Amino acid sequence: MKREQALDLYFIDARSKLIDIAAFLDRADRAPGEDDFRLKAFREALSILGSDEPEKAKRVLLAFSDPTAEPIAAAPGKSACGAWPGK
Amino acid sequence: MRYIEPHAHMVSRTTDDYLKMTTSGCAAVCEPAFWAGFDRSSVHGFYDYFCQLTEHEPKRAEKFKLPHFSWLCINPKESEDMALANDVLGIIPDFLDRPNVLGIGEIGLNKNTRNEMTILEKHIALAAAHDQLILVHTPHLEDKLKGTKLIIDLLKADSRIRPGRVIIDHVEEHTVSLVLDAGFWAGITLYPESKCTPARAIDIVENCGQEQVWLNCACDWGISDPLAVPKTALEMKKRGHSEKAIDNLIFKNPLRFLSQCPKFKIG
Repeated sequence: MKREQALDLYFIDARSKLIDIAAFLDRADRAPGEDDFRLKAFREALSILGSDEPEKAKRVLLAFSDPTAEPIAAAPGKSACGAWPGK
Repeated sequence: MRYIEPHAHMVSRTTDDYLKMTTSGCAAVCEPAFWAGFDRSSVHGFYDYFCQLTEHEPKRAEKFKLPHFSWLCINPKESEDMALANDVLGIIPDFLDRPNVLGIGEIGLNKNTRNEMTILEKHIALAAAHDQLILVHTPHLEDKLKGTKLIIDLLKADSRIRPGRVIIDHVEEHTVSLVLDAGFWAGITLYPESKCTPARAIDIVENCGQEQVWLNCACDWGISDPLAVPKTALEMKKRGHSEKAIDNLIFKNPLRFLSQCPKFKIG
């Protein structure tokens, strides 16, 4: 797939998603209160998008991941929340 | 177009979905045991569920001429309760000879706890003792990377396990190479809101190769799409992938992996 073809196929969709992210950040910034670990991880992941390095999707996923290696003693619940609270 | 749906929780879907899948080219559907959305209170609930997977659901699929296969286990979301999990492990061998059972799955981890690890290890031992294929669920979101590493370490620790007979599912960009480099098969799950979109799934295949990869929709009672695999095939066509490459990925690859179980036969 040539770059022009990639842009033809995905630019409008990616543009829409980028505006959604911008609107999400505006919404969060307008809402009173402090950033929690999720929003901090989100802002950190955003910085990856502006770099010239490859594998941006992988590096964003890593930014949200639990980096520890040992099993935990007990499950705090069944669900994941999308960001590691230990940072 | 023809495809195999190697991971779908059809007990949670309507009969209309069978019609949609069959008319979209689905040649077989495989259903791993999973969490019902609530914790079952005793082993009797699992006995009934395994009967549903091996008796009732194949009959429902047969009405649409769709071969139905299943995998058995207790899902990691319920394996924190060790007593229940051990009871369920005790009844699984009674079902392994049923004609549509392909192996043990979807086992794995959820929150990466010690109890989940213990039950996963027992599932792996059960599969090895009965020479079963294995289908592994990897954890969600922030827990996936760590869980995938723990799962791979456990599988590699049992010398009876042959990686080519194990598929590790729900890989994403940060875990796919860990899985493939260790010799396992990798499953890419297509979800509207989490896991992979069709575009990302094809990116992964283009970057990592498709030799030991399958695509699945993992449709269940949550937000999911039973036609995600054929829709991804359309996305591949838009990018210029050949009909042969598409057929290899969505039909021949799952056929090759699943045919390691002699019970997997489709018309």
